[in-house]
Amino acid sequence: MTETIIAIIMTIGALFVLLAAIGVVKMPDLFLRISVTTKAATLGVGLMLIGVVIHFSDFYTATRSFAIVLFVFLTAPISAHLIGRAAYIIGVPLWKNNRINELEGHYRQGTHELQSNKEEDSSVREGEDHDAQL
Amino acid sequence: MTLEEYITIFIIPTLSISVLLVFIRFLLGPSIPDRVVALDLLITIGIGFIACFCVVYNKSVFLDVAMILGLLAFLGTVAFSYYLEKIRKK
Repeated sequence: MTETIIAIIMTIGALFVLLAAIGVVKMPDLFLRISVTTKAATLGVGLMLIGVVIHFSDFYTATRSFAIVLFVFLTAPISAHLIGRAAYIIGVPLWKNNRINELEGHYRQGTHELQSNKEEDSSVREGEDHDAQL
Repeated sequence: MTLEEYITIFIIPTLSISVLLVFIRFLLGPSIPDRVVALDLLITIGIGFIACFCVVYNKSVFLDVAMILGLLAFLGTVAFSYYLEKIRKK
């Protein structure tokens, strides 16, 4: 009975990891790949560690497994955000069917800080276009 | 079929296929952040492998290795993103 439950849980976890791998290969864009990786693989690894906890069913293993699960669940979104922000700043191209780019012009050029208004930046760009036309 | 045989026959090959697929993206990846994401996913799948081996060999000592691997994946991604931002600044 317990072995059946462990087998089902670890199979679901392995299938989620396989889905994450297929998504990393098939998705057209870096940011879509990040969104696949940070959700599906984290859930799959968490399910497999829960299977380990059920198999051993002692306090020593359960503590370390939940520490690993907590650590992975805490750090996966942070690392995804960091690498996505760095990729957006260095100009990795978006998907060709992407229509709205709401962050455009909101990162300050030198310091990479977010700013809420993009008037000065767009005015600078318009001035550059004006100079180029002249 | 015991649980060890089931894990050896079905789950570890599933994880191996996903490692191969991620490695395709690691080789092809058009930009450096693609490769960083693929490396992060490879290490996360490695944690899954360690969980499988814990059940197969009935030893829970391997979980310490999984914890260190998770720490190294996070540190690697943070370091890569930090230095990727530095490229454009100068």
